[in-house]
Amino acid sequence: MRNTRRPLQALVAVTVATMALAACSSSGGAKNAGGGNAGGQDFTIAMITHESPGDTFWDKIRAGADQAAKDHGMTLNYSSDPDAGKEATLVQNAVDSKVDGIAVTLAFPDAVGPAAKSAIAGGVPVVAFNSGIGNYQDFGVPMYFGSNEDLAGQTVGRRIAQDGGGKALCVIQEQGQVALETRCAGVAKAFPNTENLNVNGADLPSVQQTIGAKLQQDPSITDVVTLGAPIALGAMQAKADSGSQAKVITFDLNADVAQAIQNGTIAFSVDQQPYVQGYMAVTALWLNLTNGNDIGGGQPVLTGPSIVDAKNIGPIVQYAKNNTR
Amino acid sequence: MSSSVMTQPSAPPAAAPPARPQKSVVARVLARPEIGALAAAIAIFAFFYAVAPPFRTLPAISTMLYASSTIGIVAVGVALLMIGGEFDLSSGVSVVTAALAAAMVSFQFSLNMWVGVIVSLVVALAIGFVNGYLVVRTGIPSFLVTLSTFFVLQGVNLGVTKLVTGTVATPNVSGLDGFHSAHAIFASDIDLGFMTVKITVLWWLVFVCVATWLLLRTRTGNWITAAGGNQASARAVGVPVPKVKIGLFMGVAFLAWFLGMHLLFNFSSVQSGLGVGNEFIYIIAAVVGGALLTGGYGSAVGSALGAVIFGMTTQGIVFAGWDPNWFKTFLGVMLLLAVMVNLYVKNYAARRK
Repeated sequence: MRNTRRPLQALVAVTVATMALAACSSSGGAKNAGGGNAGGQDFTIAMITHESPGDTFWDKIRAGADQAAKDHGMTLNYSSDPDAGKEATLVQNAVDSKVDGIAVTLAFPDAVGPAAKSAIAGGVPVVAFNSGIGNYQDFGVPMYFGSNEDLAGQTVGRRIAQDGGGKALCVIQEQGQVALETRCAGVAKAFPNTENLNVNGADLPSVQQTIGAKLQQDPSITDVVTLGAPIALGAMQAKADSGSQAKVITFDLNADVAQAIQNGTIAFSVDQQPYVQGYMAVTALWLNLTNGNDIGGGQPVLTGPSIVDAKNIGPIVQYAKNNTR
Repeated sequence: MSSSVMTQPSAPPAAAPPARPQKSVVARVLARPEIGALAAAIAIFAFFYAVAPPFRTLPAISTMLYASSTIGIVAVGVALLMIGGEFDLSSGVSVVTAALAAAMVSFQFSLNMWVGVIVSLVVALAIGFVNGYLVVRTGIPSFLVTLSTFFVLQGVNLGVTKLVTGTVATPNVSGLDGFHSAHAIFASDIDLGFMTVKITVLWWLVFVCVATWLLLRTRTGNWITAAGGNQASARAVGVPVPKVKIGLFMGVAFLAWFLGMHLLFNFSSVQSGLGVGNEFIYIIAAVVGGALLTGGYGSAVGSALGAVIFGMTTQGIVFAGWDPNWFKTFLGVMLLLAVMVNLYVKNYAARRK
């Protein structure tokens, strides 16, 4: 009775839509943050990132970039796409719209790097920031602002060893993301008894459940290292649920994590200072355009790791609330 | 995966009245849409029970049930909607919309938390109504209508949150009046004496029972199955198809709201980019539990079993301590095995008739 092709068609439709949903994600959209014109010349800067929309981390990068553009009287066009190919297209769009400078994240160096290289070849100054510390020089990009993920991971690992940890769990919220994997590898380098756990960062209850399950499975875990501020909150809940005594350590800050550090429920945070990354990337372009400067002497300028713990958290709680830390 | 279910040729509609006296109890049990999923759930449980020692403890069962409940709560509504012949791709994002709405309304106006909860419910139901209304009025497939809603809500979540709070996450609401009572309703731990479970598990059971009763014991249930089976003939025999479909979309929206409240009161603040991708997990749970992608067939209990299979597999892999890099691969293989067991049992049941 039933036409047997219909379920198959529906299945195909679901599959296609799954792929469509995985592939397209709304881009952040251009935002103009023009201020007073300080230099007499009206520069337009394009900032292009691999942001997944709605993440507090990127919001801070953007806040820093907006502030720098305002301070220097420039126009900032922000756009983003978490898909490698689309991010490269956005770089090309910026070149085509004849911007005066480009700040770009190189999380996907193979895809986005060549676009940056051709922009430089066309005479547009480019700086890299946030991601791509190992690759930016390959494409002739002169400046880089960001954290050294490997170093940051090692800092955490050393600290765990110092504090007498027994076994660390490193929670990766986006499986296969190079920067995150590098952090955990860094932790393991300095503290070899480290195990990785993959969770779905888009679903906080599931993060909590999976970390909880792991803590129940392996009671010898003494330190849980999360790689993003919201994930740390999931880890705290998981710890409470499973009755584990493990310490929670995290990368990055937000208002809740800052509060938790002050209350002592999170041991410390490794901050890569996203606000500084956004601010410096735009400022470096301004200096280059108005004064011919380049910063860093060919080396990356590190914005982290900066350790935030109970000792220095005091004023940072307010900065985190202001969305600048 | 879903193509499995089409091979069972002429099972009676799920909502058929119980009066079919010729058949034995066994035959009637085997003809239920969820029987295959039940067998698969038992098989997976036995498997992890054997290979993962920590899986045998009560706290582990509690974690597993919690994981299943956060999928299952929305999956119940999605299953009913699919039986009614429609899809909802906006359900995952609606969860976050509801949570954001409640948090921001209460915080920005310094109101009691419950005001935000109620406003958020109204917002969620309005989203469900718009989905349903557009589907029945325009005749555009629900797949496309709710795909649009999915994108619109993603943008709204981000844009409105940024506009209102200046960041892309809500402020922490744990200091507001009414937070603790709301936390008790939506996100507390319940001590059953022998084990502690999250309250979402109990709510999930309630929702599954209500949905099952609705589907099998009421006229509305017959309408749902009829509307999903053959819309034209359902309309011809007087089923108010538009009302039924709008109601089903609003049902999904209600359950998404409920999970959104859990999200908010469990974590005290919500980041606006969450929830994307979960809509497929809800659909997967419904389909693994025996709902047809083409509508007209399925069950609420099945969606619960689908959620258990998904929750048990994701947690079981962690409990078994397998290499996390292979996590998704294990998950895919386990789900495929679950659906194959499902198919096998159903074919067996069909042959017996």
